[in-house]
Amino acid sequence: MNNASELPPSPPRSRGALTFALIIIGLFFVGLMGLLYYGVKQSDRAGRDALPSPLIGKPAPAFDLPLLHEPNKRVTNADLAGQPYVMNVWGSWCPECRVEHPVLTQFALTKRVRFIGYNLKDERPDALRWLEQFGNPYMMVLADVEGRTAIDWGIYGAPETFLVDGNGVIRWKHVGAIDQAIIDHQLIPALEKIEAGR
Amino acid sequence: MSTSPVLLLRALLLALLVAVAAPVFAQASDPTPLQFNDAAEEARFHKLTAELRCVMCQNQSLADSNAQIAHDLRREVLELMRQGKDDAQVKQFLVDRYGEFVLYKPDVAPGTYILWFGPLLLLLAGGVWVGRIVARRAKQPGPATDDNDQEW
Repeated sequence: MNNASELPPSPPRSRGALTFALIIIGLFFVGLMGLLYYGVKQSDRAGRDALPSPLIGKPAPAFDLPLLHEPNKRVTNADLAGQPYVMNVWGSWCPECRVEHPVLTQFALTKRVRFIGYNLKDERPDALRWLEQFGNPYMMVLADVEGRTAIDWGIYGAPETFLVDGNGVIRWKHVGAIDQAIIDHQLIPALEKIEAGR
Repeated sequence: MSTSPVLLLRALLLALLVAVAAPVFAQASDPTPLQFNDAAEEARFHKLTAELRCVMCQNQSLADSNAQIAHDLRREVLELMRQGKDDAQVKQFLVDRYGEFVLYKPDVAPGTYILWFGPLLLLLAGGVWVGRIVARRAKQPGPATDDNDQEW
């Protein structure tokens, strides 16, 4: 009431300021709605919490790890150089690994690329039993009991899957369980790019 | 009556002691078997890990998290400290492997300018806006305010 009686004395300027304020508030509101909508759209994206790895496009970190099945034998980067390989990080303690295992097994059977297992922070007997129970699709399984090499690779859990090219450069990484869509739409295209000569 | 300030002081001291002791109890339940060489190293370690973000449970610091990877990374941080690396080098070690994400205080770089200066800009814009309104209102003669007919 009181306000309304104050308005008439200076109509043009305060009218303009009011419009300006309304536009600003309106823009702010629209922006906020857009942000919230984006958040909702993103919320159903699997792996939205996955960190983008800074290692993509960089040479794979050096490693020197024993094989799970033959602990006396050690494998290094140099042993795998020349051809691309897919490295799948797993552990018998990891429930998600069981989910992706049939999909990965099927992919491994296509013999499209060398498929290597990376057994992370596992007890050796548990790991061996797990492979016996669910099948071993891996060409070889590296064992990282301490998890030290995993830190160099920026691994922070299992499952994680890397694609390394023949020059030893990490080309692609996925955090979390892999499904057929990820293989078809991400892994295989990345592999084709490598085969085509980047 | 004369003893009451002393009593009050004692009560205050006791409260202070309890407050100081509480975090120590919390630390004791921490499962990390990390052994510190001295208090200075421990203090530096805690300060450093509080500034680093756990990569697994992303809303906790490396110091707070109970995730296995946080446990491993804490051990790694302590080891790097003992190798004589300074705080910046330890942080760089983790950034190289896990990305900028691990830093609660990201570097001031073109990519993070909005993060660092955005709030300040907003504050400035708001301040200028409010200032203009206040200045304009001050210029207006404004109706004689008689608060007499207001009943409080």
